[in-house]
Amino acid sequence: MSTVIMGSARDIVEECGVARFIFTDFPLGNPCGKPWDVAMQRSIVGMALDLLERAWMPRMTIQTPFCWDFHRFPAGKSLRQALGRRDATVDRGNGS
Amino acid sequence: MYQLRTYRSFVSYIDRSREYYAAHGYTKPYEWPHYDGVPFTPLKKPLTECRVGLVTTAGKPKPPGAVAAMLTQRELYAEPANPPPQRLFTDDLFWDKKATHTEDVDSFMPVNRLSEYAAAGRIGSASARFYGVPTDYSQGRTLERYAPQILEWCREDGLDAVLLSAL
Repeated sequence: MSTVIMGSARDIVEECGVARFIFTDFPLGNPCGKPWDVAMQRSIVGMALDLLERAWMPRMTIQTPFCWDFHRFPAGKSLRQALGRRDATVDRGNGS
Repeated sequence: MYQLRTYRSFVSYIDRSREYYAAHGYTKPYEWPHYDGVPFTPLKKPLTECRVGLVTTAGKPKPPGAVAAMLTQRELYAEPANPPPQRLFTDDLFWDKKATHTEDVDSFMPVNRLSEYAAAGRIGSASARFYGVPTDYSQGRTLERYAPQILEWCREDGLDAVLLSAL
């Protein structure tokens, strides 16, 4: 059976080793796209189908280009924020 | 956006869960599976002729009533994909409940998105059923019971490929 894993825990899946993996760097819970964002979900599933079709060897990972907006959650750190090690970063993109 | 970072961007759940449980006094860390050799099955026919199915780690909706819900055990299941489920049970799973929600089934099991791709001809067809496997840290049960049963259902339904989505 040809398979594709869709998930947001990159280290667990890649440590195990799977045939094909679509990784979206989101908080756990929405590996196939943000809730109600049909266009994003369609894009991620499309990438999974592309990988299903085009992968030629195991352990192939595609990271989707989508980012999670953590500024929407000012009430406290999400689990993703609490688990992620975030040192002070230098944002070159904004000229700082 | 260009940044300089001293840590990797994506979360290392293996490291952080080990540290968390060690801090709470658990001295034996969970041992995550690692395979040197990974099986790979290429598609045997064009994707446009393939039947594709979905596997989720979410559970079936629990019955109404606190006691009945509490007594319902999570187990393997295969349910009709049409009509698509409006909700699945995810409360007992370890996903980020502060950051998001799972009210939209397609955000973690894209049953409608897959049907749309079938209607558009990207795939031959979507499976008539979707399959649920409980999140279980027993690697023995996963390998010896759950995986063979899921594979049997996939073969019953004539699947060529499966998308497995982990919450």
